[in-house]
Amino acid sequence: MTDALWYFGRGTGLVSLVLLSIVVALGIGARSGRTAFGLPRFAVSLLHRNAGLLAVVFLLGHVVALYFDPYAQLRAFDLVLPFFAEYRPFWIGLGTVGFDLVLALILTSLLRHRLGARAWRAVHWLAYLCWPVAVLHGLQTGTDGGSWWLRTVTALCAALVLAAVVWRFTPSFPRHPDRVPRRRPRALQEVR
Amino acid sequence: MSENRLHIDWTACDGRGLCAELLPEILVEDDWGYPLARSGEVRPVVPAALRKNAERAVDQCPALALRLVGEILNR
Repeated sequence: MTDALWYFGRGTGLVSLVLLSIVVALGIGARSGRTAFGLPRFAVSLLHRNAGLLAVVFLLGHVVALYFDPYAQLRAFDLVLPFFAEYRPFWIGLGTVGFDLVLALILTSLLRHRLGARAWRAVHWLAYLCWPVAVLHGLQTGTDGGSWWLRTVTALCAALVLAAVVWRFTPSFPRHPDRVPRRRPRALQEVR
Repeated sequence: MSENRLHIDWTACDGRGLCAELLPEILVEDDWGYPLARSGEVRPVVPAALRKNAERAVDQCPALALRLVGEILNR
């Protein structure tokens, strides 16, 4: 029975990493003119949102299972405060950082109509920090770090996200390349 | 019953095109991807039958540039 928590914790952690990679790729793809798989833009946006919420469910499973797991020996504050765990504090700490970032991303997204677009977007950029942190945590913390299947899955996730980033910077990515880039209201402060 | 209208915040709109996809009965895209009201109104009327879709468009707008407004605000 105690092993069940351990296996559950490892499995949910990997599933949430896969989902987070898909969420990042969809988030980048949502900005594109030609969306992937011929989906309408609102569908890509909804997939991004729902896959993100699903990733959080698996992430909560991962954290709760390992909190109650007798081997992992996490204390309550290890779940939110990074780098104080007994075992591999740095690599577990990266997981904690990633968890905190995901919570921040989700909460600000759920409240974005109250926060305003600018504050929400500023926080949402943290996704680009959150994803590599989660990848490193997965590779270096667990018992599975050296196994071929974990490395294969991680490599596929990295390939997906890298492909999306490369696609983002190709000239044909934006919908209307001939549109003049808009100036942000920051210019007003410079005048003043 | 008060009628609802769609308000587009043009300083926020980035022409991402989700609203025109979700409300093709009310909006079309111009050549640069920005939404235009089919009726030509500044704040197009949202018929009761499209109310749900309009709420969806307001929720989905990545720039938070859409709002549903009542009659009083429509000046």
